[in-house]
Amino acid sequence: MSDWLYIGLFFLIVTIFPGAPIILAGLLAPKKPNAVKSQVYECGIETYGDTWIQFKAQYYIFALTFLVFDVEIVFLFPWAVTFNQLPLIGVLSGVMFIFILFAELIAAWRKGVLEWV
Amino acid sequence: MTPMQIIFILTAAATLSAAVLVVTTRNIIHAALWLIVSLFGVAVFYVLLNAGFFAVVQVVIYIGAIAILFIFAVMLTRRLMSDSGPQSNTNWWLAAVISVLLFVGLIWMLSSWRGVTGEPPVLKSNIDTIGLLGRALVSPDGFVLPFELASVLLVAALIGAIYVAWERK
Amino acid sequence: MVFFSDPITYITNWLANLLISWGLASDTVLVIMKLLGAAMVCIFGFSLVIFTIWLERKLYARIQDRLGPNRVGPWGIFQTFPDMIKIFTKEYITPEGADKVVYNLAPILAVSAVLLVWAVIPFAPTVFGTDINIGVLYIVAVGSIGTLGVIMAGWSSNNKYALLAAFRTVAQMVSFEVPMVLALLVPVLLGQTMGVDSLVKAQDVWFVVLSPIAAIIFFISSIAEVGRAPFDLLEAESEIVAGFQIEYSGLKFGMFYVGDFLHAFTISALSATLFFGGWRGPGAETWPVLGLAYFFMKTFIIYFFVVLIRIALPRLRIDQMLNFNWKFLTPLALVLLMVTAVVEKSLIHFMPSLNFSAVGFLIFRSLVLLLTNILIIVVTAIFLRAYARREHVRVSQPRPVAVTPEPPASVIS
Repeated sequence: MSDWLYIGLFFLIVTIFPGAPIILAGLLAPKKPNAVKSQVYECGIETYGDTWIQFKAQYYIFALTFLVFDVEIVFLFPWAVTFNQLPLIGVLSGVMFIFILFAELIAAWRKGVLEWV
Repeated sequence: MTPMQIIFILTAAATLSAAVLVVTTRNIIHAALWLIVSLFGVAVFYVLLNAGFFAVVQVVIYIGAIAILFIFAVMLTRRLMSDSGPQSNTNWWLAAVISVLLFVGLIWMLSSWRGVTGEPPVLKSNIDTIGLLGRALVSPDGFVLPFELASVLLVAALIGAIYVAWERK
Repeated sequence: MVFFSDPITYITNWLANLLISWGLASDTVLVIMKLLGAAMVCIFGFSLVIFTIWLERKLYARIQDRLGPNRVGPWGIFQTFPDMIKIFTKEYITPEGADKVVYNLAPILAVSAVLLVWAVIPFAPTVFGTDINIGVLYIVAVGSIGTLGVIMAGWSSNNKYALLAAFRTVAQMVSFEVPMVLALLVPVLLGQTMGVDSLVKAQDVWFVVLSPIAAIIFFISSIAEVGRAPFDLLEAESEIVAGFQIEYSGLKFGMFYVGDFLHAFTISALSATLFFGGWRGPGAETWPVLGLAYFFMKTFIIYFFVVLIRIALPRLRIDQMLNFNWKFLTPLALVLLMVTAVVEKSLIHFMPSLNFSAVGFLIFRSLVLLLTNILIIVVTAIFLRAYARREHVRVSQPRPVAVTPEPPASVIS
């Protein structure tokens, strides 16, 4: 548990460490806001319309594919750690697990799902 | 109070208040961010229960993949910066009554369960939890069938979501 | 002698004894020592960034046949200090309509994600933050916090282009995480443990020899994770003017910048630790200072290669990047994992039947795994050649030529 105590303390320090210089610079730096400076940047002209972007399904599909592969990899970590102590059948079931997802990746590729257009 | 209890109480308070804020806040992206705080609190609980592997898996999958998926899905389908107004409707008092009744019922049921009122079983300090998990996942008299079915389930989820989200040319 | 062979442990023990002799309880002393250790690692990380920024600018310049910073101090070593003073005193221009809390939290998250990795890296046999038994997965988890920082920065700036760039950056970071973690599974498989220090101790033969493909996949995917060239389309000046960081100025932008450089150095440190043996070297166990020296030598050599790749290669488009990831790196990593698992298991299965000594078995195992990797490289090259030939045929087809349309009949000629 003392290992995790270190990580907990590290989290605390790591939020303070960038925070303190930012606050310090906020005190040191000049503060002269005016209407033109605080405008949102859009290549030097006034902003048109709301901050809203056309829906593009491809972002969602990539995030979803990442999620599926992430879950798979998390299942594989305990398998990999006890690799030496498993019988051959254990190793082969892990390999089959990976193979099912590999086949799915190739199938999605052939269907043209992984294009970025 | 031992330090573990103090940490537990602080984390529990943070997780619960973040969960309440998820459903009551007006801005939907703020709701997603409070969800992330809540999930992080659950990861801290896993650490307190000596299940470090699950804490890290919680961060990797829930915060690193699912929360980002939520944020993408929300950002791509709604106008974000607008205020959605107050999130409660006129029947909130009925919902509050039912939740309090449910809460009282659960407390009464759990107070007679040995798992809550007794001491947790003391594990040997050098148990190789990940080794046991790994061996159990692939042993034929363990969980190998759910393991393989999980992979098929992941494939099915991927196919289903792609079918729904993909615009055919 | 003990001081010279292991200075950091010596100082730590001296300080702990001092605190105990002042009458503090040993639990409090433990917490204080860990707090000090964490603060030291963070300070060390930031000071390292000051050095690496100069190093990168100098290397960048020299390889491009110009001089680089050479005014402030000999060879321009102190150049980063005036830059720091300049960034400290710049005004924070917050765009109107920005969400204040999320806007200010994003740079802190981006830097924290990188600093948190340094908690588990072993610098020497006795100098490491902590050896939790799931170090490798912890590194992956902490990397995903960085992705969150990017989305927060992009969304809270109230700027369409920042949001678009943030989406694309997250899509890129998230896509390249898949082959990165798959390549991380290979050292875990070969070393039979997830703790980083235990992995270093398990590298009697460096893992780059046992599995060069995994090292290359990890290296390339980490460079893409950081967002450095050739994968830096999303923060390139001529493309989208700083991407999701458009609306940040002053030290908040400085934090993103520092995070970027520190991340590049961190991935060099990770590659050195996981694939090149970390602090291992002749004499490192008896004199931990030597372990420290080996670690930094290896990290700086790999960092040199990271900078060289940045300088020498042109930028890739986003669809080229994502195709490269999903259609080349991920299948390759999956195949590598499957093949390595099968080969390693058959080696262990047949080990008792071949009467090798321990050293002989080590050499045999290294040779077999190396040959397997070379076989995979050859098969991949065959596939790539077929693909290149198909692309060549497709590209060299005659393309439609633009033809001016007939003028309409009503035009008076």
